[in-house]
Amino acid sequence: MAESVTRPRAIAARGRPRRSLTLEAGRRLLRSRSAVVGGALLLAIGLSILLAPILSPYDPIKTNQRDPLQPPNAAHLMGTDRFGRDILSRVLWGGRISLAVGVVSVGIAACSGVVLGLAAGYYGRRVDAVIMRLTDLLLAFPGILLALAIIATLGSSLPNLMIAVGIAAIPEYIRITRGTVLSLVEQEYVLAARVVGCRDDAVIFKHILPNVTAPLIVLATLGTAGAIITGSALSFLGLGIRPPAPEWGNMLAEGRGFLQYAWWVAFFPGLAIMLAVLAINLLGDGLRDALDPRLRL
Amino acid sequence: MLRYIVQRAVQLVPILIGISVVTFLMLHLIPGDPVLLFAGDKPLTEERAAEIRHQLGLDRPIWIQYWDYASHAARGDLGRGLRSQRPVLDSILEVLPGTVQLTLSALACATAIGVSLGVVAALAHGTWVDTAAMAFAILGVSMPVFYSSLLMILLFSFTLGWLPATGQGGVERLVMPAAALGLISAAVQARLVRSGMLGVLRQDYVVTARAKGLAPRIVILRHALKNALIPTITMVGLQLGALLGGAVVTETIFSRPGVGRLAVDAILGRDFPLVQGTVLFAAVAYVIVNLLVDVSYAAVDPRIRYG
Repeated sequence: MAESVTRPRAIAARGRPRRSLTLEAGRRLLRSRSAVVGGALLLAIGLSILLAPILSPYDPIKTNQRDPLQPPNAAHLMGTDRFGRDILSRVLWGGRISLAVGVVSVGIAACSGVVLGLAAGYYGRRVDAVIMRLTDLLLAFPGILLALAIIATLGSSLPNLMIAVGIAAIPEYIRITRGTVLSLVEQEYVLAARVVGCRDDAVIFKHILPNVTAPLIVLATLGTAGAIITGSALSFLGLGIRPPAPEWGNMLAEGRGFLQYAWWVAFFPGLAIMLAVLAINLLGDGLRDALDPRLRL
Repeated sequence: MLRYIVQRAVQLVPILIGISVVTFLMLHLIPGDPVLLFAGDKPLTEERAAEIRHQLGLDRPIWIQYWDYASHAARGDLGRGLRSQRPVLDSILEVLPGTVQLTLSALACATAIGVSLGVVAALAHGTWVDTAAMAFAILGVSMPVFYSSLLMILLFSFTLGWLPATGQGGVERLVMPAAALGLISAAVQARLVRSGMLGVLRQDYVVTARAKGLAPRIVILRHALKNALIPTITMVGLQLGALLGGAVVTETIFSRPGVGRLAVDAILGRDFPLVQGTVLFAAVAYVIVNLLVDVSYAAVDPRIRYG
């Protein structure tokens, strides 16, 4: 990844052990207990969601009026909801949407944030001023309010939910990319690349971008956890994925009305969100320690 | 100092204009006719539709609409709700105290729990206390506010019967929402305070304070904590944003009247002036509060110089 840029060949040639930074980071990652636990948990969650068609014992949407609100039992490990649908099956299928919202919206945020941040940091002056004012404007909307406003405008649907959560997260990526770029453009190897006549895009993508990846990987990982929470919060409020499609947030909202009589309807989808977010946070913490020891908290 | 405040206030102007443009454009970027969307399944008479269109100003050129909107908003006139026909600002001000109360109590909860947990973890660095505190912190960060709220209701209202599950008024109806909302901030603060304390406890002046025989309590509180808190205080602005956003969810779960719930209800009811008004109000309030937080840093840390 970054080794071709940051490590002069000469040093490697002098007989230092040939260990790439990526390998080094991977080794540190495996030594981190939180990363290993988080990664394993995430892998388990990811696999069970991928295998939902095989693993889920019942149809997640088809209602079954004979068994409404069954407590957890041998036939329904997590019980059933008011339409007699198996909660376990809905949790498994719902994870696909909830995790997809997290991943896609972070993709949207990271891609646009990185491009804007690179432009702002590299070109400076007016480009920087315009982009940073835009960032300030996005940051003027507290918490999920921006996502809420976007949903209010575009209407609620899966793509709109992803766009809304994504746009709300853009400022962080702009800021971290721009900050790193600003510290890099003055570095000698970047100046050298420009002096020998590299085009702007080559300098940006070959020499600068690889050095931004480490903080970005950490931010994107932790950001996915945040995006899953925001996405399911919007669905919980009735502004995201609408029932009967299973999604962790809307399942929790459905269960809220039965909390007093049927705790399991809300308990398990919520637990799923919490475990997924916990796994990603643990992995993100480990990644931060492994990729950038300076950021250690 | 005064110069700094004025400078920051001037910088706010373009942001405020930007916010007004964004909220103004919300109405115009809606795919389809907002009037028909508001009506939903109920058919509107031609006159009523024209009336609403006129009330929203949709029958005039767009720049005149914006000028009208912005100049009215600057004077505190945010229009009238389509459903209630009440001035939007009145609807907001009516429920604002609830949101302020909730957010501030959550912040207080978060700080009390977060700081003490962080200090204890740092002092017991490397022991099981530290591990337990940090496990709590990572669990807290990973717990969505809607889930912690529901678990608290399940435990304290339905199982133990100690606290009422919903509504507003009285401390007993504030404890759970504030604690649930503050949980994430508490976790974030605990981690920050812990790492801050660990850094400060190694400093020479702390060692000196200990060496000259000061009571541990004084060393910890006066010498270490005061300095370790600085990064935490800089986080307050960000935390406040998260709390205001979280209030949207918390108010809905605990059925508390508040600005967040007003906004959600407005979106669900497609009452666009009310949506625009609540979003505008929240954003403006947020940037002003952030300005105040920034300015107040100087009072806490004399090393921060404004120029």
